[in-house]
Formats: sequence, C-alpha cells, structure tokens
Amino acid sequence: MTVSRENSKALYAGIKAAGIRFITALPETWLVYLLQMAESDPEMCLIEVAKEEEAVGIAAGAYFAGTPNVMLLQNHGFLGAINGIVSLAMLYRVPLCMLIAHRGHMGEPYPWHTQGGIVTEPVLRGLGIPFDYAREPGKIGRQIQEAYTFSRSSLSPVALLLTRDLMEGDV
Amino acid sequence: MKRSECIKALYPEFETCLVVTIMGACAQELYDLGHRDNFFYLQHAMGLASSIGLGLALNRPQERVVVLDGDGSVLMNLGTLTTLARYRPANLIHLIFDNGSLLSTGGFASHTASGITDLAAMARGAGIAHVAAVSTLYEFMQAAADAFERRDLSVIVAKVEATGPDHFGMDLKLPENAFRFERYIREK
Repeated sequence: MTVSRENSKALYAGIKAAGIRFITALPETWLVYLLQMAESDPEMCLIEVAKEEEAVGIAAGAYFAGTPNVMLLQNHGFLGAINGIVSLAMLYRVPLCMLIAHRGHMGEPYPWHTQGGIVTEPVLRGLGIPFDYAREPGKIGRQIQEAYTFSRSSLSPVALLLTRDLMEGDV
Repeated sequence: MKRSECIKALYPEFETCLVVTIMGACAQELYDLGHRDNFFYLQHAMGLASSIGLGLALNRPQERVVVLDGDGSVLMNLGTLTTLARYRPANLIHLIFDNGSLLSTGGFASHTASGITDLAAMARGAGIAHVAAVSTLYEFMQAAADAFERRDLSVIVAKVEATGPDHFGMDLKLPENAFRFERYIREK
C-alpha cells in the first residue's frame, strides 16, 4: 500500500485553512507528501528537527511569538517527546496541536511499528491529552480546525491521530 | 569566572531582548537581578530552552532572542545545535554556561568536566559559523559584544565555576510566567 497523495492534499489544505503558517516536523513515510507540500509553499515555514522533543520547544516559541503552528510527527516521535510535552507544554499551559501519524495499528505489516502503535492511545489517555482519530479526507479540514481551536482554548496539547484509512491509498 | 557575573554584566542588554533561561541556578541568578516580563524561565524540560529560542527567533525576526543555557541541558538536546545551524536565525544568541557540573541536581560532574567533551567544538561541528569559547569575564564581554553587534546566529561557550545561589524560589508561578511572557510579546 502506498501513501495517498490525494488525502495528503486534503490534509494540507486543512492545515492551510486553519490559518497555520508554521510547521515543525520530523520526516516520516506517511507524512512525505505533506512535507513536500509544506517545503514548496512560500507561505509556509517548515522546520525539520533532529528529534521530536525539540519540536515541542520550537512550537512553544512559535506560540509565544503569536504564530499559528502545528507539529507533524509519528507516534514514536510523540512517545519520545513526552517529557517536553509534560514539563513544558502542560506545566506552563502552552497549547500544542499535534498531527500524529498513527503507525503500528490494525493492518500494520511492519513488526517494528507495532508496540508504539499499541500504546499510543493508552499513553494519550494516561496523560489526559484530548485526541481524535482522523479517518476521512472529507472531514480532515474540520478536524484540524477543531483540534487547533481546542488546543488554544484549553491551553493544552491536543492530538489528531492520522490513521491508515486516511494516509494510505492508491491515489 | 562565575555565571552570575556574566548574567549581571549583560543584564542591561536583556531589557530589550526576549530571554529564555534553563532551570535552577541560571534562572534564579537572572530573576534575582529583577524579573521582567520578557524573561521566560524553563524550570524543567531540560534541553528545550534553545528550541524555544529558535521558535521565537524565527517568528519574531525583528526581536533579539537570547538563550541562557548550560552544559547539562545542551547535552540533553545535542540535536538542537544541528537544528540551529540549519535554520540559522540571525537574531539568536545562544549562551552556554559550561560549569562541567549538573549543579542544580547535586553537583555531579557532566561530560564536559576536565575537558573531556568540548561543546564549542561540537557547535562548530554542527555547522554554526560563529562560536566563541571563553573563560574570563573580559573574553566573555568581548564575545558578547561581538554577538550583539553581528546579525547572525552566535554561540558562546563560557567556562564558569560550578557555583550557584544559596537560595531558590520565585514569586512567579510557572504558568503566570508563560502568560506574562506571551502577553509581553503580543503587546509589543
């Protein structure tokens, strides 16, 4: 199965429609078209990090500076960034809007993704981070807008889990 | 050279900058000189002060951003040097106070103690063009003056004594610090 170019376009359009102009990211297969679109968009500033926890700090800096932003990362990157999420974002009430590629779940053929995929939802619940699953390209724009809005009103990290249904496809 | 001397010497400059500090002694020494709403003290999440500085600098190119960092924190987020080098914000000054010690958590020797690891060499190796390594207050002030004058990303690694304040505490709740910092920038 390949990454869906059309659904990636819908996702990117949703990011733009939400007013986002700054993205921090670590490259990941499901995010490849999104990152290409962000890179070639003169209206968008894309910052690629060496490790996802850095992105928490950069996103906090962008928030303080008043720039609407989202983080694009894989769920394993989310797991690796937890101290920053807890001890910067949650401790200081800094909102984060995280769009997380949810690898390692139903349909996952690669063994190395599975443990991270299995624990992602319980970890989000354990941390009290509001989350939703994004499965349909027709709804993704609204879901991004709502996740972003809620992160800002609650001053909390909010996660949108990008599922296989959304990210994979023949077109 | 003491970190508190360096911070005190630059304190007047900080009035017009966005300043992000790491936890513990460094934060306390700045706070004790007089808090300003353009100061943000990252009292946890070690390593991320420089990342916050990068996010600020890229989004507020007209402001000068200064990060007060330490060897222990930089060692926890070495990738930040490579990200700073890649995006090279011209308005960011990254001061790394290297006391060779995890002072605020018991004074255990860090990997830079006894010159084992050279953070300035690592910053240069990461691709940062302007890196100064200093060990006296005179050299520090000279390097800082160069950094403030230059419109380019600058890193200063200052070897300092492993000493800190004899007290800790701020009349500033952590979210309050974030709220006031955000408002300061918004209203500027």
